Amino acid sequence: MSAVLIRATALVAGWQRPATAPLDFTLESGRILGLTGANGVGKTTLLSALAGRARVFSGALETRPGLRLALQTQDVPPVEGVPLCGRELLALTGAASDGLPPWLVGRLDDRLDRLSGGQRHYLALWAVLRSPANLILLDEPTNNLDAAGVDHLIAALRRLAGSGTGIVVVSHDHEFVEAVCDQVIVLRESADVV
Amino acid sequence: MWSDLFFLPFLTGLCLALVLPVLGCFLRLRDEWLAALAYAHVAAAGALLALVGGMPPALGGMAAAALAGAGKPLFSRRLAGGAAFALLLLGGWAIAVLLAANQPLAERLGHSLFDGQLYFSGAVQLALVAPWALFAGAMLLVLSRHLLLARVYPDYFRARQLRIWPVVLGFDLVAALTLALATMTMGVMGGFALVFVPAWIAFRRARSWRNGLLLATMIGLAGYVAAFLLALGLDQPFGPVLALLLIIVGLLIA
Repeated sequence: MSAVLIRATALVAGWQRPATAPLDFTLESGRILGLTGANGVGKTTLLSALAGRARVFSGALETRPGLRLALQTQDVPPVEGVPLCGRELLALTGAASDGLPPWLVGRLDDRLDRLSGGQRHYLALWAVLRSPANLILLDEPTNNLDAAGVDHLIAALRRLAGSGTGIVVVSHDHEFVEAVCDQVIVLRESADVV
Repeated sequence: MWSDLFFLPFLTGLCLALVLPVLGCFLRLRDEWLAALAYAHVAAAGALLALVGGMPPALGGMAAAALAGAGKPLFSRRLAGGAAFALLLLGGWAIAVLLAANQPLAERLGHSLFDGQLYFSGAVQLALVAPWALFAGAMLLVLSRHLLLARVYPDYFRARQLRIWPVVLGFDLVAALTLALATMTMGVMGGFALVFVPAWIAFRRARSWRNGLLLATMIGLAGYVAAFLLALGLDQPFGPVLALLLIIVGLLIA
């Protein structure tokens, strides 16, 4: 049976001031919610509020007690010049390596700063996806990925949802959102946003 | 050289040569390598202040470094980007030089702290350094995963509703006290050379984090033993010989 992981009621989030229009939604375990919309409507801000980084200005945000969150931001992990290999990165978050795409399996013992931007991005994403979590928050996960990477990501997200994990995806990639999400919210600009 | 006269100083320095390169790797990971110089200068100032105040210099040095390490997070917002370490370095240096200029006793100790006095280490220093090096090494191993996570996924702790400050405070204290002991045992620059150079080489050459820690430790250890023997054989001060050896190794293999 599906359990409610997040319930937002007239939720308005922001950093120094409100930055999103009021929003209602519910996310159950095993479901993938897509947040999309034009630049500047507050997709990332909303995701940050779910992660406890941004402020909730009004409305209510309820999360299931004991929820284990995993968050992927758009920031590239700062590993330039650090001797950290892919296998160690996965071990840090407790992520399993099984299911990795073939083009990454053979690179797990390489330093992250010796990988291509796409390879590094996918590995950093995988370390978040496969860490022990009930709710995964992803911000523009298809950035830097080629078509094979996006296809692999879609399959991985569907498998995770199938095992009961709730997922929230912020993306401007409509095809990706259409392909992977069970429910989609298109954010509109708030009249209050200056 | 294996008489007590040199054996105890050798063992004391050996303990530090094992732990300082590992500490250097974590300081470099956190972009805090300047901390090595900062805590060393603060420890030197604390030791001189204690001497002038009639207290044991070692106690003063460690207390001052611990205070700096524990107090740094309080000013982290205002002193971002390494400013805290630059100010600690300048403050420690200024106080140490002023004390040395006005107190003959402090002048002698000041010279030995900045030049290094490894050969004068005895059983007391070894009794202090050996267990601390063991403790600091164990603490770094315990904190390792959290320190790496804080670098790679800075939001991990907030998302998991975990507190990062105990990790940062624990690391700052281990760094400050280890560097204070190193300063009072092998001098400001001897300790700095072992913190900076092996980690710098390891970050450039190592294949993985684990490999990097091992490589840094091996370079620190080999550099220390070679410098100890060379300085003894040529009757030269230990700190500069160690620094020059490590610089040459660094330029050759980094």
